[in-house]
Amino acid sequence: MYNTGNLVKEMVERHGRNRDSLMPILQDIVGRHNYLTDEAMVEVAKELDISAAEVYGTASFYSFLDTEPRGRYVIRVCKTITCSMKGKNDILGAIEDLLKIKLGETTLDNQFSLLETNCIGWCHKAPAILINDMPYTELTPEKVLDVIKGYMNK
Amino acid sequence: MENRGLIKVDLIFETIDSGKVLSKAFRMSNDEIIKEILDSGLRGRGGAGFPTGMKWKFTAAEKDQEKYIVCNADEGEPGTFKDREILDRVAYKVFGGMAIAGKAIGSKKGYVYLRGEYRFLLPQLYTELDKFHKLIKEIGYDFSIEFRMGSGAYICGEESALFESIEGFRGEPRNKPPYPTTCGVFNKPTSINNVETLVTAMMIIEKSAAEYVKLGTQDSRGSKVFSISGDTPTPGIFELELGMTVGEFVAEFGDGDTKAVQVGGASGFCVPRKKFDETIIGFEGVPTGGSMKLFNSSRSMYNVLHNYLDFFTEESCGQCTPCRVGCQQLLLGIEKVKKGEMKSVYLNELVKLADTMKVASKCGLGQSVGNAFKSIVENFREEIIY
Repeated sequence: MYNTGNLVKEMVERHGRNRDSLMPILQDIVGRHNYLTDEAMVEVAKELDISAAEVYGTASFYSFLDTEPRGRYVIRVCKTITCSMKGKNDILGAIEDLLKIKLGETTLDNQFSLLETNCIGWCHKAPAILINDMPYTELTPEKVLDVIKGYMNK
Repeated sequence: MENRGLIKVDLIFETIDSGKVLSKAFRMSNDEIIKEILDSGLRGRGGAGFPTGMKWKFTAAEKDQEKYIVCNADEGEPGTFKDREILDRVAYKVFGGMAIAGKAIGSKKGYVYLRGEYRFLLPQLYTELDKFHKLIKEIGYDFSIEFRMGSGAYICGEESALFESIEGFRGEPRNKPPYPTTCGVFNKPTSINNVETLVTAMMIIEKSAAEYVKLGTQDSRGSKVFSISGDTPTPGIFELELGMTVGEFVAEFGDGDTKAVQVGGASGFCVPRKKFDETIIGFEGVPTGGSMKLFNSSRSMYNVLHNYLDFFTEESCGQCTPCRVGCQQLLLGIEKVKKGEMKSVYLNELVKLADTMKVASKCGLGQSVGNAFKSIVENFREEIIY
């Protein structure tokens, strides 16, 4: 859990109070904290003068607007056909072994969450993953461990 | 049928003087621009293939003072990655194409809706956009562009779902009509075009329609950027003239053991080896937004179909029953046949369900699930059963 503090106010100042400000506001909160807390969504609803159900309804439609707690680094492994054909399961297994978590879980220190996602547009360089916004491509089990160890040392 | 073989082209990524082309376009009348695009025969490059000139003409004919041009950069079709490459390498041509479209339809404002998966491109795109805004100011034309981001929903590539998303709602497709040209984003007349379509339009203004129609066939004019992946020694982005057969394509990009090509992504068609030579890639044969996936004989087409159905089950927005329940039942159905819980004739029932989804679904997602389903089940029935 993170403290919303002035975050929502700051986002509203930046994006405005219109209905079409909602997505950019939610996206920026997720950009900073990787997921939306109930408190954050209720506060956004108040600022935009819409019901909290509207905010949650919108957020829950989008797979990148997580409403469950996520770690500092969200790893999304592409599972669509080409990545799946080119060794996605090996990549997933290597990450699970390294982080000692299963798909869908977050490490105890809240550093990493491991998820699957649909096609991220790197089929010619499969298998591919996203860590937050950054894509990593043409992975092997060895290469992906190096990538994640890099994040561990950040 | 016309068949001109496989010819590589360099149009989309060619470097041009943006200012020169824009100045030329702004000197033309709106009707002249639209006529040029109509004459070029350009059809939308996102996959649906609606004539771009018609779209612009309809939007231009609307009386509303407020109109929008929207660039659909929510490239989510499995196997498509050409729009990312275009935005990465020639974003200035995307913005230029939007300004030309804006001029043609009478719009001062454009939105680029970029999928969340490509957010890493934003810093460089903002730099390019600043340059573009400066250039357009120098030329003395009033037009501005804003970015809006997606957040991992495939359905937002559907035009009306994309508008809903820009407006801050769940990305659920609207009923049509009204069409975007009369009632689009913020309920204003809107021309929504794919990234590649806008770049192509700019190149047509630069080179002239007469020059452009020399490429391609009667139904599929010009060239197109293909995203090539799967079992191929040369995966990547290739710009090819339209009108080649799948056979010619496989001869160039196959690994010598290609048994099927999925043309147009998960919502496209599966072409089996025996039909390679008779099938033309284009609107007269199998249309594609650019996704070309090759499968060799080591791949199980059951796994391919299962992966696609799993994709659609997750990405269906869920608002209409034929699509929501249909996707789930197709997926469960092939699993049951594979396990032997249902007899193989059950596949015939599933094909009927896919037909029903085509007729009864609200938007293109549910309507096109049957394309891959039927073409895989019909051509690789034994792989689904055994």
